[in-house]
Amino acid sequence: MTAAEEAAGEEATGEGGPAGAPGARGAGRRATVTRLALMALPAAFFAVFFAYPVLTIVGRGLRADGSWQWGRAAEVLGDSGLLHVLWFTVWQAAASTALTLLIALPGAYVFARYEFPGKRLLRAVVTVPFVLPTVVVGSAFLALVGRGGLLDDLWGVRLDTSVWAILLAHVFFNYAVVVRTVGGLWGALDPRQEEAARVLGAGRLAAWRRVTLPALAPAVAAAALMVFLFTFTSFGIVQILGGPRFATLEVEIYRQTADFLDLPTAAVLTLLQFAAVLALLGLHAWTVRRRESALKLVDAARTARRPRGAGQWALLWSTLAVIAVLLVLPLAVLVERSFAGPDGHGLVFYRALRAAAGADSTFTVPPLTALWNSLAYAVAATAVAVLVGGLAAAALARRGGGRLVRGFDALLMLPLGVSAVTVGFGFLIALDEPPLNLRASWWLVPLAQALVGVVFVVRTMLPVLRAVDGRLREAAAVLGATPWQVWREVDLPLVRRALLVAAGFAFAVSLGEFGATVFIASPDRPTLPVAVARLLGRAGELNYGQAMALSTILMVVCAAALLALERVRTDRTGEF
Amino acid sequence: MSTIRKAVVAAVALAVGGTALAGCSTSGGGAADAKTVKLVSHDSFAISKSVLKEFERRSGYKVQMIKGGDAGKAVNQAVLTKDNPQGDVFFGIDNTLLSRGLDEGLFTPYKAKGLAGVPEQLQLDKAQHRVTPVDYGDTCVNYDKAYFARHHLAPPKSFDDLLKPAYKGLLVTENPATSSPGLAFQLGTVAEYGTKGKGGWQDYWKKLKANGVETVDGWEQAYYERFSGAGGGGGKGDKPLVVSYASSPPAEVMDKKPAPKEAPTGVATGTCFRQIEFAGLLKGAANEKGGKALLDFLISKEFQEDMPLQMFVNPALESAKVPELFTKYGQKIDDPKTVAPDEISKHREQWIKQWSSLVLK
Repeated sequence: MTAAEEAAGEEATGEGGPAGAPGARGAGRRATVTRLALMALPAAFFAVFFAYPVLTIVGRGLRADGSWQWGRAAEVLGDSGLLHVLWFTVWQAAASTALTLLIALPGAYVFARYEFPGKRLLRAVVTVPFVLPTVVVGSAFLALVGRGGLLDDLWGVRLDTSVWAILLAHVFFNYAVVVRTVGGLWGALDPRQEEAARVLGAGRLAAWRRVTLPALAPAVAAAALMVFLFTFTSFGIVQILGGPRFATLEVEIYRQTADFLDLPTAAVLTLLQFAAVLALLGLHAWTVRRRESALKLVDAARTARRPRGAGQWALLWSTLAVIAVLLVLPLAVLVERSFAGPDGHGLVFYRALRAAAGADSTFTVPPLTALWNSLAYAVAATAVAVLVGGLAAAALARRGGGRLVRGFDALLMLPLGVSAVTVGFGFLIALDEPPLNLRASWWLVPLAQALVGVVFVVRTMLPVLRAVDGRLREAAAVLGATPWQVWREVDLPLVRRALLVAAGFAFAVSLGEFGATVFIASPDRPTLPVAVARLLGRAGELNYGQAMALSTILMVVCAAALLALERVRTDRTGEF
Repeated sequence: MSTIRKAVVAAVALAVGGTALAGCSTSGGGAADAKTVKLVSHDSFAISKSVLKEFERRSGYKVQMIKGGDAGKAVNQAVLTKDNPQGDVFFGIDNTLLSRGLDEGLFTPYKAKGLAGVPEQLQLDKAQHRVTPVDYGDTCVNYDKAYFARHHLAPPKSFDDLLKPAYKGLLVTENPATSSPGLAFQLGTVAEYGTKGKGGWQDYWKKLKANGVETVDGWEQAYYERFSGAGGGGGKGDKPLVVSYASSPPAEVMDKKPAPKEAPTGVATGTCFRQIEFAGLLKGAANEKGGKALLDFLISKEFQEDMPLQMFVNPALESAKVPELFTKYGQKIDDPKTVAPDEISKHREQWIKQWSSLVLK
């Protein structure tokens, strides 16, 4: 296909395009073929590594003892306790999402538009919570809001076993999701459009509401959707900070699968969670449709400048204050504990970790080994996620396509709405025979981790890809560029930032992933989070201290990796 | 700038190729290597590298370990994969889960060499030898010695003691639905008070609730966050009583230098529930011969004497020497509670449900 035909195909399937024009039908078909070709790999990936394992375990549950368990399903659904769980799951997720948006959107603005010293470091720091094992974060939060915690000491306020602790911890985890997904697009929006509106007489608020907000809507919706899904399937945080009185659907599924092995009940609950997630995705698609429009994107480095005037400085400082209290303080508690040895502060626990390398036991994991395992898995998972997610985003970004595309879009989000234990157990029983005997394979872990990474890649890249002005591509095509050249010279430079943001997320997700990994990681290759959990499972000050020290190392590695990614980006500013 | 692009393209190509290769190379991995024996266990399994090497040298087998989450999850994984087992030997099924494993037909009978040295009361499947007892341990209420000394109060010794007003609001325990020690403690009360309505275990828990017992989901939170006697966790907890293990006091002392005179925590010996851990040859094992050799090794003196400091459990083999750390800082539990495995299997879910509606609501 020539570039010109490709462009014509795009136009033909585009909304309001001359679909009936002579000769356009063949080109339209070719555009569909291109789209299907792009979708082939992601679709195969999801069919094999997600749909197949999950359906296998759900099917095993629903068809226990050789017959369909419909009676059992009705019994589970009829349980009055379930309604209670479902209600709590939904409302805490909605509240967490609202709170996260409220707190993080100003942060996204500040990171996108203001230039201040230490900005890059801070952007890496706010992503660090994402990689921390929940059991460690729970511990840090208890040190702040629990009994004898900082708030208790200062004002006698205790939030543990209250829903507030859960909500705040959810903000802690998801702050970066909003800052990065929304900020990625915000930074690339041309501020001159809003300025033009103001010159034409619009008030500051009106200009923002009429110009910037509509442009941002898809990214905000995508961020909200992800935060909602993450908190909807929240597990560790609810257990540790809420205590046994609070249970989400995810907690129930985990219990029924991993503790009781009641697969029929787990299968029914999984399907219920599926249904809820699908309903949500439908709602999201309905609100976002037609909101995505071509935008004038510019290099983000050019839009950020030092704050001017009291108002802007106040916004910057209040954002920094929120980050300091909500994100940095809990992290600081962890770091402090990793140094708080039995005889005052020191490196006792770090030395103990180093000594583990020479210890005569299979229990102790040398930290360098765990670090290496984690990094190797994370690099592989990121590569898979970027490849699969990038192709999927490219396919989805092509205009038109109707129901097929929307269905595919929704399918890609499903991994966020499925319990890690379902995926983990599904892998064990589904991928155990040739030609897919991956059970003992090193690749099983990165593939499982990439499932979530792909979601981030698609969600971060799609708003930007869709915002790329189609006329740029057409112009390039008219000038004789091949589709590959068009993509390389037009799309890639514009989405590179989003791509790096997405890669950073995929990397962070993989570094911190624990749920599925614990079921499938081979014991001679424990990751950092698995090693932390192992240490925390034993009594003794030294074990606890080493767990904190290892968590600190995990934090530093994550921040360093994200900073390195940011540096790649800035190497090439001023290109357009 | 094109070099960066090339690097990215190369990395992606490498990843794709690698994925394909890995798929190919492992697809033939089903056939077992007769020189490898695979041990499936839970996350707490540990052994001295030197002891393991010695076994490998003597037997000629290479041991490959496969671990899956905590004890309950590891058993459930074994049940799920029983038609195509992940390994040859499973270690770590305890008496609270034993019936599930036996009913599901996970194991091939094998009488391990040296079983005669293991006390009869640990051999819960002595008719068929589908499983071999390897170790045992107790879950008991631990107390913070400093707290009770400071308050001139005698620590509790029994389940009944825990109901006394003197100990009001001092105990933290774990949810039996989510925590293995939590379940053991609840089963201990079932063994002590029975299942009858009046004076039964449910009555006991009503009273325990009235006496201010606090419940959390996991042992980590109970021990490190709530318990005042734990070395780790910043020592911020304010509950001087916690449901933990009889081996927790020795574990607290383990790495202390210089070694203290006594452990900072003690054990209420009348509140203990005994858990016995078993190993068995998995049905459908690819390397049965190697599996049998490994089972023999698990109750051999070398392994049994190495195990206590690796996993903080007691050896099943009577003649195995227990390390000084255990004898000096641990307490001997003379009369631990037990419930028959098939009783547990039959009623576990029902008991947990009853417990939840009693204590959590």
